[in-house]
Amino acid sequence: MSNTDFNQRKAVQRQLDEWLEVEFTFRETDELIEPLFALPVKTRRFVLNWVERIASAHTEMAYQFALKSTHALTVLDEAGVESWLLFVLEQYDRSGLQPAMAVIHDVENFQQHRFERESGSLYEKKAAILTPFVRGLSGRALKLEVSRDDSAWTDSETLYLPALVARLSDKKDNFLLHKAMAAHLWAQTRFGTFQCDWLQALSVYPDPRQALALFHALETIRLDSCISRYLPGLYREMQRLRAALDDTAATAVFARQASVLQSASAQSRDSLQLLGKLYGDCKAPVCCYQGRMEPQIVQSVMRARQQREKALIRVKLAEMAEEHARQKGREPTDSEFDIQQKADDELNDHFEFELSIQEDALTVPPDLAQMLTSVMLDFSEIPNEYLTPAGPGEYDLSAYDETAVESEDVWKGAYHEEGASLHQEWDFARQCHRKQWCVMRELEVKPLYDDFYQQTMQKHARLIKSLHRTFEMLRGEDKLLKRQTYGDEVDIDALVEAYADTHYGLEMSDRLFTHKHKVERNIAVMFMVDMSGSTKGWINDAERESLFLLAESLQILGDRYAIYGFSGVTRKRCELFRIKSFDDAYDAETRARISGIEAKDYTRMGVAIRHLSGLLNQVEARIKLLITLSDGKPEDYDGYYRGEYGIEDTRMALYEARRDGVHPYCITIDKEGQDYLPHMYGAANYTVLEDVAMLPLKVSDIYRRLTT
Amino acid sequence: MSEQGLVLKVEEYRIEEEPYYEALGSEIEIFEAAYANHLPVLLKGPTGCGKTRFMEHMAWRLQRPLITVSCHDDLTASDLVGRFLVKSGETRWMDGPLARAVRCGAICYLDEIVEARKDTMVVIHPLADDRRVLPMEKTGELLQASDGFCLSVSYNPGYQSVLKDLKQSTRQRFVALEFSYPSAELERKVVCSESGIDVSMAVNLVKFAHMTRNLKGGGLDEGASTRLLVHAAKLMSSGVAPVAACHSAISQALTDDADMLSAIDELASSLF
Ligand SMILES: Nc1ncnc2c1ncn2[C@@H]1O[C@H](COP(=O)(O)OP(=O)(O)OP(=O)(O)O)[C@@H](O)[C@H]1O
Ligand SMILES: [Mg+2]
Repeated sequence: MSNTDFNQRKAVQRQLDEWLEVEFTFRETDELIEPLFALPVKTRRFVLNWVERIASAHTEMAYQFALKSTHALTVLDEAGVESWLLFVLEQYDRSGLQPAMAVIHDVENFQQHRFERESGSLYEKKAAILTPFVRGLSGRALKLEVSRDDSAWTDSETLYLPALVARLSDKKDNFLLHKAMAAHLWAQTRFGTFQCDWLQALSVYPDPRQALALFHALETIRLDSCISRYLPGLYREMQRLRAALDDTAATAVFARQASVLQSASAQSRDSLQLLGKLYGDCKAPVCCYQGRMEPQIVQSVMRARQQREKALIRVKLAEMAEEHARQKGREPTDSEFDIQQKADDELNDHFEFELSIQEDALTVPPDLAQMLTSVMLDFSEIPNEYLTPAGPGEYDLSAYDETAVESEDVWKGAYHEEGASLHQEWDFARQCHRKQWCVMRELEVKPLYDDFYQQTMQKHARLIKSLHRTFEMLRGEDKLLKRQTYGDEVDIDALVEAYADTHYGLEMSDRLFTHKHKVERNIAVMFMVDMSGSTKGWINDAERESLFLLAESLQILGDRYAIYGFSGVTRKRCELFRIKSFDDAYDAETRARISGIEAKDYTRMGVAIRHLSGLLNQVEARIKLLITLSDGKPEDYDGYYRGEYGIEDTRMALYEARRDGVHPYCITIDKEGQDYLPHMYGAANYTVLEDVAMLPLKVSDIYRRLTT
Repeated sequence: MSEQGLVLKVEEYRIEEEPYYEALGSEIEIFEAAYANHLPVLLKGPTGCGKTRFMEHMAWRLQRPLITVSCHDDLTASDLVGRFLVKSGETRWMDGPLARAVRCGAICYLDEIVEARKDTMVVIHPLADDRRVLPMEKTGELLQASDGFCLSVSYNPGYQSVLKDLKQSTRQRFVALEFSYPSAELERKVVCSESGIDVSMAVNLVKFAHMTRNLKGGGLDEGASTRLLVHAAKLMSSGVAPVAACHSAISQALTDDADMLSAIDELASSLF
């Protein structure tokens, strides 16, 4: 070995030692060197580059990859290795170290897996289509979720679908199979599979599992025939899939017996009855989209739902009865409601209800119609006891009220992500996004009714006056346009000239009017206020004062604006605090919320920018501004967000915002802002204020400059 | 002199033939009673549910000319009341559509009233109470409405934003008629009569409309209106395949979101 070779090897090993943190982990990098140097230079660089990228996520994964790299390159080409590693990182983000390691160790199967992912139907990609598809079908408003295993099932409120469907070679067909699974589960809820007492009925058989399989097969026949009547196009597709997948055919006995279930009047109890005849005689055929059934879970979910709906409906009716009595000027009585339900025939595949009380017809509000529909699906009728309005205090609805689960409470219980929105984050080391990485929740600043507003108004009385004057001038004033071809008034000057012209035999101009033209500002602005711990004290005071002054100015201008504070601890707990939404008025409550702004935790900026520019983009305006008030660099509790990672993620979030038509701007009091803000916001899109006390004086001024 | 400045769409005519209208409830009787009592009428309801058609029908029933103004955010009071024109060296007053309706006792229908600029409300207020007068600031006249005149406005509460809400002082002047999508049976009848397609196709179209209406608030701002169904039905009766007709006439009209479009198309292909 020549000297240079030796030095090269040493240099690479030093690099690896550093990336893999051998100082702490005592990993042996010796054995990695020779195989690496057996590779062509370019390939070696490729591998090393990836070791570094993966090490930024987890050193053990990087080490295992380094060990496996030579072998991996014999199984996959470079592009293949790349997508394998991206998948490793994705697994790591989503599910943690163990599943990611499993992917690393299973490089042989990745090829197959990759093929499946490419030609298959992925739930995460298709959920955006399947969810509205299922919602559009009539019946209960069902939710969709990914199934933990590979089979589809429902608890009668949520449809659980496999993460990946790849049984067919064609991508489109795989999606169809995914869709067929969803449709079959929908049909179970829509056409009364769970209406009969099947749990009880199945338990009498010596082998309840076999009985369940047969029942499911019979129901599949019945539901398919329902689908053929209601959704013939879908039915054709489902039949085609069955043919393509060679589903096990039913035995002749089974097929003959089950044909009665194809009648339009067949119900799930007919399936139970047939089960009695067929049990023991034949094996249940299995169909490609049927998934499995979970009787116990369905039963408990149904019980809870029925109680909940009964309570909600009766309380709603009580409200309606009271309102009705009030309108008629009568004393409320506890008389029952009458309900008529239009026939569920070919014409109406949805339920239409007619509600009346004491002979007076009432319109059924949409939320009530939704609940009544759900009850219809469970009972085929609205049971009488649902129609007596609830007595006062009969129910405590807080147990059922989904909106009553305050966002804040969600954190208190076991961690879950319901009600939160997920955002991606840019990982500069890996040069890719971490998908669904940050969990963002919108909370509300608790209003604080103190005298901070009055104090601010007094303290800055002179400034406010001058602000009023300046902004008054900026307001979208009517501009008088002269010499127009049409307008509200005659332009006397032009008319006199025109008379003179005709006098001299010239043609008369037709520009003889004045026209008032409204100069629309059409600006929407989102203020993103730093509520991190470091703002505690006078920075926080300055922020709040600035917001009051700003709001005063904006009220004059008539620009639409919203104010949100941001803070959080780790990616799992990013929070935005609503201070004023675009629709809120600048009233006493909003002012109390500004007063109530307080210092909280950390500054994970990227996710806040992503969420708020999303909100901003829902507003229709010609110019959309996102203005950040902050006191320092992005940072977070979990260490790695500090420094380059956080800056790069913020930069990427700002880039994404600009791409979507939002103009970001930053006002900071961090004296070091010069060092990183140009990189994040661009040279002209930030202001560094030397002195916190200047903040209230300057913010409105900056805003004025920005928007004129 | 060109009239290109008059951007408002003005249609003035007496309607000779009965416009087809399928009553949803007692709106015809209520309108007639309001008309007889000189009360202005407010039509509320989502787009494409038959408000314009209803006005045409009522104008025919009452044998009055109908003047429709589609309001937009640039529509000023002068656009409604009138303005001076200069012709061969002389200034001449020209009535706007509202003044014309007031003079000749027509029905004036201001479509999407909230879109108009705030100052237009000022001119309709005195017309919409028992004074029934139109102040014409520029000529200094006060125009008393003739007996046959009727003011009606439409308003879609669905798109309500803070900026575009009707003030109480405005809405409390009107008799309100609420329009919504017709029941499945009525809607099927409308689709058949308007397009001539057969009943089974119309049944499916109405089902499809309900599917999209289930998506309101879940990704769509609004479900398919009766108007869209009629459009699709007309395409179908000219030989366009049902799924394609739904795609072009309905899905594309409802959303630009790619996933939502696919979902709606999947619903359509399930049905036909
Ligand atoms: N009750 C009905 N009777 C007859 N035709 C109807 C009825 N409802 C809707 N239509 C059909 O729907 C079409 C659209 O209705 P119309 O133009 O009156 O809607 P609109 O309520 O005025 O909508 P917009 O608010 O968008 O102006 C009509 O051209 C007609 O074909
Ligand atoms: Mg109309």
